[in-house]
Amino acid sequence: MTGFLLRRFFTLIVILFSVPTIVFFVMRLVPADPALVVLGDQASAEAIAAFRQKAGLDQPLFTQYSEFMLDLMHGDLGNSLITGKSISEQIWSVFPDTLALALTALVVGAAVGIPIGVITAVKRNGWIDFSGRVFALLGFSFPSFYLGVLLLLVFSVWLGWFPVIHSMRGDSVGEYLQKLVLPGLSLGLVQAAYVTRLTRSTMIEALSQDYVRTAFAKGLTPYEVFFKHALRNVLVIVITAMGVYTGTILGGAILTETVFNRPGLGKLLIGAIAQRDYNLIQSGLIVFALIIVFVNLLVDLSYGLLDPRVKYA
Amino acid sequence: MREPISYVQTDTTPSRRSTWSLRLGLLVADRGALAGLLIIACIALVALLAPWIAVDPTEQSITQAFAPPSMTHWFGTDEFGRDVLSRVIYGTRPALYVGILSVLVSILLGMPLGILAGYRGGWIDTAVSGFVDIMLSFPSLLLALMVVALVGSSMGVLVFAIGIAHVPIFIRLARSSTLIIRELDYVTASRSFGGRQFHILLRHIFPNAVGPLIVMATLSIAGAIREEAALSFLGLGIQPPEPSWGNLIRDGVTSILDAPWLALIPGLCLTLAVLAFNLLGDSVRDILDPRDLSASALKKGK
Repeated sequence: MTGFLLRRFFTLIVILFSVPTIVFFVMRLVPADPALVVLGDQASAEAIAAFRQKAGLDQPLFTQYSEFMLDLMHGDLGNSLITGKSISEQIWSVFPDTLALALTALVVGAAVGIPIGVITAVKRNGWIDFSGRVFALLGFSFPSFYLGVLLLLVFSVWLGWFPVIHSMRGDSVGEYLQKLVLPGLSLGLVQAAYVTRLTRSTMIEALSQDYVRTAFAKGLTPYEVFFKHALRNVLVIVITAMGVYTGTILGGAILTETVFNRPGLGKLLIGAIAQRDYNLIQSGLIVFALIIVFVNLLVDLSYGLLDPRVKYA
Repeated sequence: MREPISYVQTDTTPSRRSTWSLRLGLLVADRGALAGLLIIACIALVALLAPWIAVDPTEQSITQAFAPPSMTHWFGTDEFGRDVLSRVIYGTRPALYVGILSVLVSILLGMPLGILAGYRGGWIDTAVSGFVDIMLSFPSLLLALMVVALVGSSMGVLVFAIGIAHVPIFIRLARSSTLIIRELDYVTASRSFGGRQFHILLRHIFPNAVGPLIVMATLSIAGAIREEAALSFLGLGIQPPEPSWGNLIRDGVTSILDAPWLALIPGLCLTLAVLAFNLLGDSVRDILDPRDLSASALKKGK
């Protein structure tokens, strides 16, 4: 266990160090000069020089890099090139919104996907299985942003159950939760398709194992066998896959936030790309990457808790 | 290190041709595959015939703005009075172009790397696999977004960006196929005859990795079409006035209160196209699975 933790910790340090490094140098490959992008083509030479000095762009590359890394270790991501505002503050102010959306989507995905996956595996090859597989195929094919548009059209525009505009400063808790429903559904239902397929195939495999036959043989009801024995083993695999799902959910959040005009990390990143605010783009990418790294770490560590057979040798 | 995938064909069939024609028969007999193929054929046909069946998708007519669907404009018109049907028809072109070419890019970059890593092993394998593991934990949309954010967007950049984002999948696929195949007797035999490494890779390893490759390529086209639409929807892909299903949905959302059909129709086409490639890919996977081949052939009385 200790050996595993040490090794995992070492890889974590390497990743934590290399992700910002890669992003920093890749961003320096940008063919455009940030000064010209921000100030426009007509900017005077003095203005450009002043801007470059203020943004630290006149320093040698290595100095820029070491200052960037030092600031980063203090949690300082620098300032926006366009607005001059602190990037860390901007990111922290929208982080809870993206977190809430991602968690809702995870819950919807699991709450819809796991039961459908189990039922289709148990009632294999019948009409239930067929409809479950159609659901999964549709989920795979429906772009989450289009599903968002459909939900918006039906529930906000036609039925009027939810507001059309989802920006939400100064909302009460109730309003906040209300504005989480449609975005969470559009992201979560697509996710449910992946969960359904994974649950179905692992459940089918679990049902062919000896311990399931033994459980039946000793007279347990199908309910007990499916839910107490088989499902527990399926859950381990599904939860493990959550690490991968975090990536797709974060990718999907960029789109969902745009559809519903919701504040969030994705919206911030897209805005930064549109304005070519290279500092903000750089920080956004690093934050996205670090979240994914962090979730994968949590998933790795939770293996042993979920499945006692796993030894961190 | 991951387990090699198991659906590579490991048995050496005496007569190749008959297996392939059997599979082709199964492909047509499979309803899912047939439906997928038909939809793809329709979309391809529409893309080819666009100049003859549609009017100029950028032609404006302000007096006709936001006309609902009618006989003259089957899918209505948008805020500039442009014919939506024509814009949707021309939207098939970037979808297919980016979808297919970007997957070609990922295959051309990914297969050689994966085969090399699997065949040679050692530090090359360690480096390549480590790189793939890191890349795969990022959503491909984010990877493509990063490339577009750096170099701006055009059709060529989209092909390249989405292609790069899918490379790790193909590296892993080629690597795991190679790991299985390189241990098979006929490869050992070829090596013992003094077969050159390049010859073995090209004549023995590659052809046997083709089956899973076709499946993955088909499914990746579905993903690439969705990603092109997603990037265009975000305003970072195909730029208006050039129509793409993604930017049509984007425009549609802004006028969703006045003219809901503007977002609905291109979205339906997009979903249908993605569905078609997914259907085809899923069916081909079932058909190529050698464990299933005999069973399904028996079932169909062959």
